[in-house]
Amino acid sequence: MSLSDEEIRYLRDALSREPNSVELSMVSAEWSEHCSYKSSRPYLKMFSTEGKHVLIGPGYDAGVLDIGNGMLLTVHIESHNHPSAVEPYGGAATGIGGVVRDILSMGSRPIALLDALRFADIRYDNQARWLFRNVVRGIADYGNCIGVPTVAGEVEFDDSFKDYCLVDVACIGVVRKDRLVTLKGDVGDLVVVAGNRTGRDGIHGASFASRAFEGEEEDRSAVQIPDPFMGKLLIDATMECVGAGCVKAIKDLGGGGLACCLSETADKLGMGMLIDLDALHLREGMSAEEIMISESQERMLYILDPSMLERFKAIMDKYEVPYSVLGRLTGDGYLSIYHNGKQVARISASVVANAPLAKRKATKPGYIEHIAVHSRKPEVPEYDDMAGILLELLADPSIASKEWVYRQYDHEVGLRTIVKPGHADAAVLRVWPEHHDGMAADLSDGYRYVAVKVDGNSKQCYIDPYNGSMGCFSEACRNVACVGAEPIAMVDHLQFGSPEDEHVFWTFVESVRGLADYGRYMGIPCVGGKVSFYNETRQGAIKPSPLVCVVGLIDDDGRVLKGHAGDGDMLMIIGLTKDEMGGSEYYEYIHSMLHANVPKVDLAYDKSARDALLALASSGLITSAHDCSKGGLAVAIAEMCISSGMGARVDLGSVPSTCTRLDDLLFSESHSRFLVSLRRDDMDAVSRVLAGYPVHGAVIGRFGGNSLSLEYKGSSMSISLESMIDAYGSVTRLMGHGG
Amino acid sequence: MPTRIGIVVFPGSNCDRDIYHVLRSVMHVEAEFVWHKRDDLHGYDAIVIPGGFAYADRLRAGVIAAFSPVMQGVKRLARDGVPVLGICNGFQILVESGLLPGAFMRNDSLTFTCRWTRLRLSVNGSRTPFTLLLEKGRVLNIPVANQEGKYYADEDTLREMERNEQIIFRYEDNPNGSIHDIGGVCNEQGNVLGMMPHPERACEVMLAPSPSIHGSASESGYGDGMLIFRSLVSYIEHRWAS
Repeated sequence: MSLSDEEIRYLRDALSREPNSVELSMVSAEWSEHCSYKSSRPYLKMFSTEGKHVLIGPGYDAGVLDIGNGMLLTVHIESHNHPSAVEPYGGAATGIGGVVRDILSMGSRPIALLDALRFADIRYDNQARWLFRNVVRGIADYGNCIGVPTVAGEVEFDDSFKDYCLVDVACIGVVRKDRLVTLKGDVGDLVVVAGNRTGRDGIHGASFASRAFEGEEEDRSAVQIPDPFMGKLLIDATMECVGAGCVKAIKDLGGGGLACCLSETADKLGMGMLIDLDALHLREGMSAEEIMISESQERMLYILDPSMLERFKAIMDKYEVPYSVLGRLTGDGYLSIYHNGKQVARISASVVANAPLAKRKATKPGYIEHIAVHSRKPEVPEYDDMAGILLELLADPSIASKEWVYRQYDHEVGLRTIVKPGHADAAVLRVWPEHHDGMAADLSDGYRYVAVKVDGNSKQCYIDPYNGSMGCFSEACRNVACVGAEPIAMVDHLQFGSPEDEHVFWTFVESVRGLADYGRYMGIPCVGGKVSFYNETRQGAIKPSPLVCVVGLIDDDGRVLKGHAGDGDMLMIIGLTKDEMGGSEYYEYIHSMLHANVPKVDLAYDKSARDALLALASSGLITSAHDCSKGGLAVAIAEMCISSGMGARVDLGSVPSTCTRLDDLLFSESHSRFLVSLRRDDMDAVSRVLAGYPVHGAVIGRFGGNSLSLEYKGSSMSISLESMIDAYGSVTRLMGHGG
Repeated sequence: MPTRIGIVVFPGSNCDRDIYHVLRSVMHVEAEFVWHKRDDLHGYDAIVIPGGFAYADRLRAGVIAAFSPVMQGVKRLARDGVPVLGICNGFQILVESGLLPGAFMRNDSLTFTCRWTRLRLSVNGSRTPFTLLLEKGRVLNIPVANQEGKYYADEDTLREMERNEQIIFRYEDNPNGSIHDIGGVCNEQGNVLGMMPHPERACEVMLAPSPSIHGSASESGYGDGMLIFRSLVSYIEHRWAS
């Protein structure tokens, strides 16, 4: 049991009696940090959650966005860190299953997955390589099998994840506006559980995720077993139920199992439930406590009108999905649970579903001051060494191509992925209003285009959680802008060590503040998210790792920016490069140095730069755009060369910058910068567009040839395209073939 | 008579809706889903067995689906000369059902592989209803997405297939280690075709990784994959006309 003495006292007071053992296990599951957000809840109120596209914000299984043409987009993000660290294949796979079922809970069809992964340095750490290999395999096997494409993601390597990993998955869904399922129910409605049999796997999963990770072998029993086949059948059966209009509410059985699912559903409906556990299809003989908190995967809860039961049964039978009518909704607000014919629990749903807040102290950790005091700059490298440094950075696993990852994902199934992984900074999906009833899709209103990307930066968030987190948000927005999309919403995933540690908690509060400030200024609402605490390893807390998944919208396909620089195209930079080297790959990966001066977002400038880019994208005057982030300007230029299969000649002296050193100019990760390619003939027109925005812009080079030549104050260095491509393939080389 | 194409759906099929989209929404051809429990397929002008993971590919890709009732119906139609197209998992199911020769193994990489490939037609287009509009040697840009996509047949079988012109497609850039670069084969009669790449993913130019990939085909607004489906529809229409 993971309740504190204080919580037990609170529970006794609320019940005016001693809870029995079943009630106690239900409450401990629901009051775990993982399910209750008892530490984080007050701070999440800082987020702005409203916007013109927002139909449903945080608090549901998924956020819901109105994207026009009668279509709604749903979006959610989940992590599966603890399970993946002990059993990477199953942990990652069940993470996919879980986030997909959250999307299903709104009656929406899951249409795309994203993944954001964090491991220790795979160059030296066998354990990290093992985790990486099997996490990717787990995501691939589950996502591919259920036919939901994995379209975008990011991977970061940092030794604070030694013997651990962060596995975040986001899912996007689509539903016709008239088919959206929100939580509804009336007294007498049936409570039905469908999907896999309930067994002992994943017992105490939520509690496991709510304490520090010890990496014990016995923790494997807290990891659930994935069954993508049942996951796929649940998708098809649920979509058919939604199409037939036979369900009033749907909810995933996730962390905390039935205990959390029943109490949260009943509490949200303001009702009670009469539940007979003897009716539930089980895998093995289990006690009432075990049944209530089992986290067996691929199970969904449905609320339906009794008159709809026959239709519901016919659909489940068609797909051979087992189901049990567990009970019905009551008007008394109590969860009355029966097992072996006896009442084993009777407890107010609202007491279970609303954990008392845990008051946490937040104190600025000493290490931040320590970094500030000890920050210094490296020796300026010889001019000739810069080329070598660029090649090293291109081979840095955090920067190098992630082709080894996305080749293993079916990223095309569904016929929606029009900008694919490795082709641009964000994925673009075309979305149309689907018919559930065997009709051809009505394409007369045309498609809507949705861009998605997830970003994080643990290195910068560690040194400066406020500015680092804001930077992640800015970066994700820049990435969707680079395919021509206007950011319309975000979901976040906030991952930290123990909230009981006041220093960790301070980084959490700062991070939320950074994200909230950015969202409010930009008018980009937060429509959902998760908080994951207790990400602690034997070495202590992980680096603060907030992730931001941004959804962008493009009106018509003419504005989707896909493609590469053409031979003879000009290279232009928008934005200002500053001496902001803290947390840069150059300092950390090349020099193993921490520096306090993390890049800071100038909100007004950031908005202008993005607006300028979007204006260029919609004008059709640019051939491609690329965000400047990890590895800085030099890496961004090299990446454009690699993706367009050609070299470039760049005059670094013309880059708008306040840097006084060449290495700062090349490798600073200052925000709000974009590289764009454009036809030579369009230079004047582009300049005219840019003149309308208070941002820096300069033509700095031209594409062509077989090498990248960087010129600076009369000196020049040249790097062959071949050597850049070779360096950029380092992850594929490290991970090689084999499963 | 309007053309009517049946799309077989097994538990775990996941490209069924994609085929449906291409046939119905893009080509405006009558198409409907056929649930795997049906064994009477009378009245369909052609059958498509789509990709996915029928029965999660348990035991071996396609092996359980091969015993599904619908495959009895497919076998009857195949015997009667009705065109049957198996794509990816559909190809694996046709092989496991004995309608096509050969076997599948794990890709050389041992991992799932999703990438665009170049596929060359090794026979005259008239050899199958699905290649009618193509000339021999034509290269199609179509993506693959599979884990057990490495085609295998023993030397005797390969010789016989070669002699009967049953090897329809060969990869220019073998993505999985398939023997003799084989990417698609047909039965002796020519009316049953299995192919590993997904033509339905290459029908609309918008879905191509770069607009230029389909070359001259894209001038029509369609991708290379469309040639497969157009061939089929044109074959059916001509058959009705004759």
